Amino acid sequence: MFYREAGDFKVSYQQDSQTFPIKFDRYRYYAVMAFAFLVVPFVINDYWANAILLPFLIYSIAAIGLNILVGYCGQVSLGTGGFMAVGAYACYKLMTAFPDVSMIIHVLLAGGVTAVVCVGFGLPSLRIKGFYLAVATLAAQFFLVWLFNRVPWFYNYSASGQISAPERDVFGVIITGANATATATYLFCLVFLVLCALIARNLTRGTIGRTWMAIRDMDIAAEIIGVNPLKAKLTAFAVSGFFIGISGALFFAIYLGAVEVGEVFGINKSFLVLFMVIIGGLGSIFGSFAGAAFLVLLPVVLKVVGVDILGWPTDIVAHLQLVIVGALIIVFLIMEPHGLAQLWRVAKEKLRLWPFPH
Amino acid sequence: MKKTLSTLALGVAMAAGPAMADLVFPSLSYRTGPYAAGGIPFADGYADYFTLLNERDGGIGGVMTRLVECETGYNTEKGVECYESTKGEGALVYQPLSTGITYQLIPKVTADDIPMHTMGYGRTSAANGDVFSHVFNYPGNYWNGASGVVNYLLEANNGDINGKKISLVYHNSAYGKEPIRTLEELAKKHGFELSLLPVDHPGQEQKSQWLQIRRDRPDYVVMWGWGVMNQVAIQEAANIRFNMENFIGVWWSGAEHDVLSAGDKANGYKAVTFHNVGRDFPVFEDIQKYVVDTGKAAGAGDQIGNVLYNRGMYAAMLAAEAVKTAQEIHGTADITPAMMRDGMEALEITEEKMAGLGMPNFGPSFTVTCENHGGPGLVGVTQWDASSKTWSLISDFKPTDTEVIGALIAEDSGAFAAENNIESNCK
Repeated sequence: MFYREAGDFKVSYQQDSQTFPIKFDRYRYYAVMAFAFLVVPFVINDYWANAILLPFLIYSIAAIGLNILVGYCGQVSLGTGGFMAVGAYACYKLMTAFPDVSMIIHVLLAGGVTAVVCVGFGLPSLRIKGFYLAVATLAAQFFLVWLFNRVPWFYNYSASGQISAPERDVFGVIITGANATATATYLFCLVFLVLCALIARNLTRGTIGRTWMAIRDMDIAAEIIGVNPLKAKLTAFAVSGFFIGISGALFFAIYLGAVEVGEVFGINKSFLVLFMVIIGGLGSIFGSFAGAAFLVLLPVVLKVVGVDILGWPTDIVAHLQLVIVGALIIVFLIMEPHGLAQLWRVAKEKLRLWPFPH
Repeated sequence: MKKTLSTLALGVAMAAGPAMADLVFPSLSYRTGPYAAGGIPFADGYADYFTLLNERDGGIGGVMTRLVECETGYNTEKGVECYESTKGEGALVYQPLSTGITYQLIPKVTADDIPMHTMGYGRTSAANGDVFSHVFNYPGNYWNGASGVVNYLLEANNGDINGKKISLVYHNSAYGKEPIRTLEELAKKHGFELSLLPVDHPGQEQKSQWLQIRRDRPDYVVMWGWGVMNQVAIQEAANIRFNMENFIGVWWSGAEHDVLSAGDKANGYKAVTFHNVGRDFPVFEDIQKYVVDTGKAAGAGDQIGNVLYNRGMYAAMLAAEAVKTAQEIHGTADITPAMMRDGMEALEITEEKMAGLGMPNFGPSFTVTCENHGGPGLVGVTQWDASSKTWSLISDFKPTDTEVIGALIAEDSGAFAAENNIESNCK
């Protein structure tokens, strides 16, 4: 009834190719943006920022990055944790070497460094596919973690091998370290997420995105119709690496503040982000958000329900959490292999016909 | 869906709001994951001591204590979540039992004005209270432990370990890397050869490290392990028939569960310690009477008297004594975290006090000052007897090389102060 194309007249090419062609969708998008930028910053507290919203925002960026590589270009990667570590360490080295430069530039540069590293590890993708590529990226994961543990230069020769983010500000507002306010860190990450999502959305709708999807669907056919696989695959690795690097930098500098590479950016992180992409939906920007929200919120909700409401022992809740998350992943893979994004798509299709389904 | 879940969580967070007039002690425990074997007894001891205070004395100074347990799984992200969710409840002191989480929380607790006690772990240079105003690591730290190991070896060799080969098997993390700098300094001073063998998280894979040890034939092996890594290392040492007498662990590598799995072969394995072991203290009778018999024991209740249970209980005792000190200083029973910090900084543990608590000679007597948050750093040595399945103290608590350690603490804390523009806290 209210969710339909009819009556919403497009009078220019810009309007015809806009991201949200349906009016209701468009207003919903504006409402979400207004809520995120104008309401949340005023009601947010430390708990909400550090336990829920920052991880959600940052994992969303990582999931978008991985979704470009896996979901849009079909190149399976298990190196996300390692690439996030590259972003984190690049950001740390830049922060400590150039304390006066704005954090925005550091985070972007960290993304750039990761893009370069990611392209380097993406080179084998030109020769190998599928499982073999997954193993090659797995090697990247282990190599990078080993590297950051082994070479003291990366952690500025600190005794413990940890990196800690010193206090830095953007336009005079402190955004790293313990004195940063919840509002500042939230807004900083939100801006990056919105920009990344906009870029990703528009890249995937354009020429580059179409070449990625052509490679994903059938690389030989894509090559025959004139898609350059070298360019397509390496741009996917570069763009994906850029986003993952940004997320790694934010994860270290804004969210955690101190990082131990083996623990924070281990293989578990790679799998977690991959689960987000798979549960959320391969090849969907909305899916990246949904997957990140699902896997960030679920443990918190289970903990709140189990420990705070039902008063169960913490260890039982922690074990139940593993069981429930594991079971849900299996259920999702069987019932809805296209992820939460597909549920959303189906809901929209139904909504379009509602209230007259026939 | 995202929104409904968040509103649900918000409603719950509101409903579980703070109850007033309690002394709140958050316990960032880990009863799951590869480090649970060490996390469980510590958390049980910590919880049981506060239960004992509530049941026997009616709290501390007439105010009941309340323990808020939060599972971290030794994971820093969950540690942050736990910190944020408990600090609003008026948490008096944090004891995360994880060096990684400690590093994370040092700037946060300082900004939030909540003290943190990292007993025998965490950032060693936090012993310098002039720089780290809210972090305490009395009565001993990693570098005391490293020096204690070397001192013990010196003693065993009549004061000369020149030319001896010592291998350090360590957890490849901030925790395991902490002692390296001290051991390197001590190697220079005493002329022993130090070789470093890192073991990656979680530590089940140690074949290559022990092959290396078999090839190098070191005179002594020192271990800086935690969790499942300890059991594996002791098993591997038994497999290559390394003499357990010459294998010595830090205090996080010296509990019952670490050695039991290797059976008789673990006999003679040693570990340093900063508190006493065993059940031979009057306080355990009270715990039996007020906590176990009333069915209020934490966890499965099967850890009482274990090394790490004792450590958890010791941590709780020191926290409770700091509360008493704070109550005296500020003249109010219902103290705030800031008052707790003052109490910790003025804490004085004497032999009479410990005896009065039913814990005679349980740990060293010491005084905390504004400059010295690290205590005296006295280190004893325990040894495992596989036939009677007990740890016993074989070397009493002795001073460590404060000259070397003090210089390193001054250097490291000075670097931290310069990096973070910290003014002197004590003037």
